[in-house]
Amino acid sequence: MNKNESLAAERRRKTIMSVVLGVICIIYVLPVFTVVLNSFKLNTFVKTDTFAVPRGEMWAGFANFIKGMTFGNYPFWNSVKYSVLITVLSTALILLFCSMAAWYIARVNSFFCKTIYYLCVFSMVVPFQMVMFTLSKTADSLHLNTPWTIPIVYLGFGAGLAIFMFVGFVKSIPLEIEEAASIDGCGPVRTYFSVVFPMLKPTLISVGILEIMWVWNDFLLPYLVLDINEYRTIPIHIQYLKGSYGTVDLGATMALILLSIIPVIIFYLICQKYIIKGVAAGAVKG
Amino acid sequence: MKGIFKNPLRRWFWLFLGPVTAAFAIGFVWPFLQGIYLSFCKFKLIRNAKFIGFGNYLSAFKDPTFLHAFWYTALFALTSLLFINILGFAAAYVLTQGIKGSNLFRTVFFMPNLIGGIVLGYIWSMIFDGILSRYGTSILLETKYGFWGLIILMCWQQIGYMMIIYIAGLQAVPEDMLEAAKIDGATKRQTLFRVTIPNVMPSITICTFLSLTNGFKLFDQNLALTGGQPFIIQADGSSIKTTEMLALNIYNTFYSSNSASKGVAQAKAVLFFILVAGLGLAQLAYTRKREVQQ
Repeated sequence: MNKNESLAAERRRKTIMSVVLGVICIIYVLPVFTVVLNSFKLNTFVKTDTFAVPRGEMWAGFANFIKGMTFGNYPFWNSVKYSVLITVLSTALILLFCSMAAWYIARVNSFFCKTIYYLCVFSMVVPFQMVMFTLSKTADSLHLNTPWTIPIVYLGFGAGLAIFMFVGFVKSIPLEIEEAASIDGCGPVRTYFSVVFPMLKPTLISVGILEIMWVWNDFLLPYLVLDINEYRTIPIHIQYLKGSYGTVDLGATMALILLSIIPVIIFYLICQKYIIKGVAAGAVKG
Repeated sequence: MKGIFKNPLRRWFWLFLGPVTAAFAIGFVWPFLQGIYLSFCKFKLIRNAKFIGFGNYLSAFKDPTFLHAFWYTALFALTSLLFINILGFAAAYVLTQGIKGSNLFRTVFFMPNLIGGIVLGYIWSMIFDGILSRYGTSILLETKYGFWGLIILMCWQQIGYMMIIYIAGLQAVPEDMLEAAKIDGATKRQTLFRVTIPNVMPSITICTFLSLTNGFKLFDQNLALTGGQPFIIQADGSSIKTTEMLALNIYNTFYSSNSASKGVAQAKAVLFFILVAGLGLAQLAYTRKREVQQ
């Protein structure tokens, strides 16, 4: 009797919690919802009627989106292209070269390897402002200032976390597997690519997710390194539109913001499992 | 066996370690060393830098905008650390109680993390201005609006992230320990504070470390939400940007119209690095001590 009562109370408590959390969830998505509302609103009403549903004279239809495409005399499509290019190239470079380096560091473990490893760990606590000026000048003088070459800068500045996570994982792989491969006649390169690399898959996904989230949203590094009249990533483009004081079309800006977060949210919903795992893994090791 | 295996690998040094070493030298080591050197120099362009000793550091310490940014940032980092971690832990605790829809809630709470800082700043500046304009004011007009606005923004973005780490920690708490506490007649509150929290100390270490350093390093959100406004004009004509944080202050010093300030900016950057690295390490050492040994 008593037990049944407490069970019922427990169930009631859980239902109440579900409802409360549901309400919090709705509040949580309201900011994104507000962006959706305002991307269909005429500019003059964004400031005065921010939370109103765009109806009647406020309704701008898709005009904001069309206007946003060439907003600020720069085609938005180019920003999308450059953002995708930089993110994909940088992540691929980091995954390939950092995992290779991590395997070498973990297996050879010479003085030089240890030095590189500890420098990598050290680089994780260095804020970007410390190297911002000198890095942008170095990148300029080495012609790393285009979307095709900036991934090399990302490889250098992002190596820290990646090497740290890969080394941690490689150390947990038993050496016997690689020894067996070498007895069977595999050279180091083949051992790496056909035996070790496939085993790294979980860490490759975790690191990949973390790097994608970083590079895609990064603003200051590409802003300082790239020639922004020619190459603007999405964050640079949005900052450029809003940051240039004067008459800013808020409706069109919100349309662009909406366009820039839709792919991110789709990516999140598809890869949610990996993203959450990657974040947890990165944090536990960091 | 080991010797035979290692030698052939060493011959492939250039392939395995070469690319990362080269990129790391370009992207981190060289800029870092050059940055330290330039902080002792007066320069407009790197090639005509002139060594002047500690002059830049003295100027940095005498700069009222830098000191203001320091205190503002410290206050912000501590406040956001408290809010983000308490709320993040609470969310994680509730979501590990087996409530219906936990997965959906987790998905929603984490979602803002994928939106970049610049975009976040503009979304929230629109929202805050939408609310404040009804009262005839704006987030750009009052320092306290800018401060709390940024706290709300950071909570919205980071609670989900910390929640994920706390969930991982809570799921690792040994089930038999909770069971034992229950059998011994511990109340829910006692179990939480005496069993659960000591066992998730590693997660607390990581989360407080992340939110503290994130708070100090914050740049994009600060730039996009208020950009340092409102400004206070001082008697000598210079102005203090009241919501400007350290990273933004360093950026503004580097790229201001005053071309003699680059050395001072680099000195500020070195101080900033020492501060962030020192704080991070001290905080890690402090909370690590409180972790339960298993």
